[in-house]
Amino acid sequence: MSGRFQPGAAVRVRDAWPERQGPVHLRTPHYLRGRPGRVLRSLGAFPNPEDLAFGRPAAAVPLYHVAFDPGTLWPDAARDGDLVVEVFEHWLEPRA
Amino acid sequence: MNHDPAGLVDAEGGRLLAALRHLLAEKDIATPGEIAERIAATERASPRLGAAMVAQAWCDPAFRALMLADGTAAAESLGIAMRGLPPLGVLENTPALHHLVVCTLCSCYPRAVLGYPPFWFKSAAYRARAVRDPLGLLAEFGTQLPAGQRVRVVDSTADYRWMVLPLRPAGTQGWSAERLAALLDAGDLVGTTVPTARERV
Amino acid sequence: MDQDHPRQHHDIGGVPAFMCREVDTEPHALSDFDREVDALRQILGQKRVMSVDELRRCIEAIPEADYHRLSYYERWIRAIADHLLRQGTVTPDELRAALEQGG
Repeated sequence: MSGRFQPGAAVRVRDAWPERQGPVHLRTPHYLRGRPGRVLRSLGAFPNPEDLAFGRPAAAVPLYHVAFDPGTLWPDAARDGDLVVEVFEHWLEPRA
Repeated sequence: MNHDPAGLVDAEGGRLLAALRHLLAEKDIATPGEIAERIAATERASPRLGAAMVAQAWCDPAFRALMLADGTAAAESLGIAMRGLPPLGVLENTPALHHLVVCTLCSCYPRAVLGYPPFWFKSAAYRARAVRDPLGLLAEFGTQLPAGQRVRVVDSTADYRWMVLPLRPAGTQGWSAERLAALLDAGDLVGTTVPTARERV
Repeated sequence: MDQDHPRQHHDIGGVPAFMCREVDTEPHALSDFDREVDALRQILGQKRVMSVDELRRCIEAIPEADYHRLSYYERWIRAIADHLLRQGTVTPDELRAALEQGG
């Protein structure tokens, strides 16, 4: 299953904080919210863990490996390297 | 919490386990025999499996290509049980790039090929620091990367389980896969350490 | 801890409170308790009584102080019990009685 983003796509992780609203299960770490990244590759599609965690029917959602510059995440992080995280498509938006 | 008004889950862990073992056996959901069988099956997985995969990849370019394209298929081709388990992804170290695996949200670990996760992998210090201070963390494991090799931290947050394919140590030309596998332990396969031509097992 | 941050307490990547902690790199042998909880979790997964995400969600529901006080597998057995109660697979009366009988 191919998603909307191709390798190399400039993306931003949604600056959303559903954990403020009530009980949730999220696989998008807090430190990525609102941060810019670049899609490395598609990893296929998997049932949405946010629904699986509550025993609800879970639609398959495309999953990507997305690369981030640690310097955009933490001011003290060394810039000589990067951080790669699995992020589900509904957490990503295109970035100009 | 309506489902547990009395706070029964606050009971001490050993008591909770004993109570649930009793109830789940009675309900035929998990019998003592099944639990014993599962423990035995789990103990068959160990870093020796991942080490065998890496050693094979160092010796056999076709296997290496398969392992990088589809870690699950590569593991299965060596007889490792992968059915029903999360897909295995393999991260290839190069002279320019070193991979370090962490799970900041829980403790996702490639158990099928490495066995139980080590204590440190599950610790708050490792989970918090790997993403933000990987070089400081590596130093605590006695690992210093050569100049020019960048570190790529992989936060294992979702459906894959990730292992590292380390660089083959210098001075091991002509060695058999068995001899090469003895150079590897769990840390090498998640990137906290790097193998050398010195035996680990 | 950084109280102004809305993160959940298990979501600790880069969190300052842990950045100065040394990593305990010593091997720690698993106990029988650890192995049994681990095996039980696998069986519940295979029998579709509890998914990995249901386990994770119940671990994340453990109050913060308990989360950091409990050992890894103590969190798991607590989360398993929580899930089975939520799901109704085990009732509070059954669990209370089993706890009183000592399993």
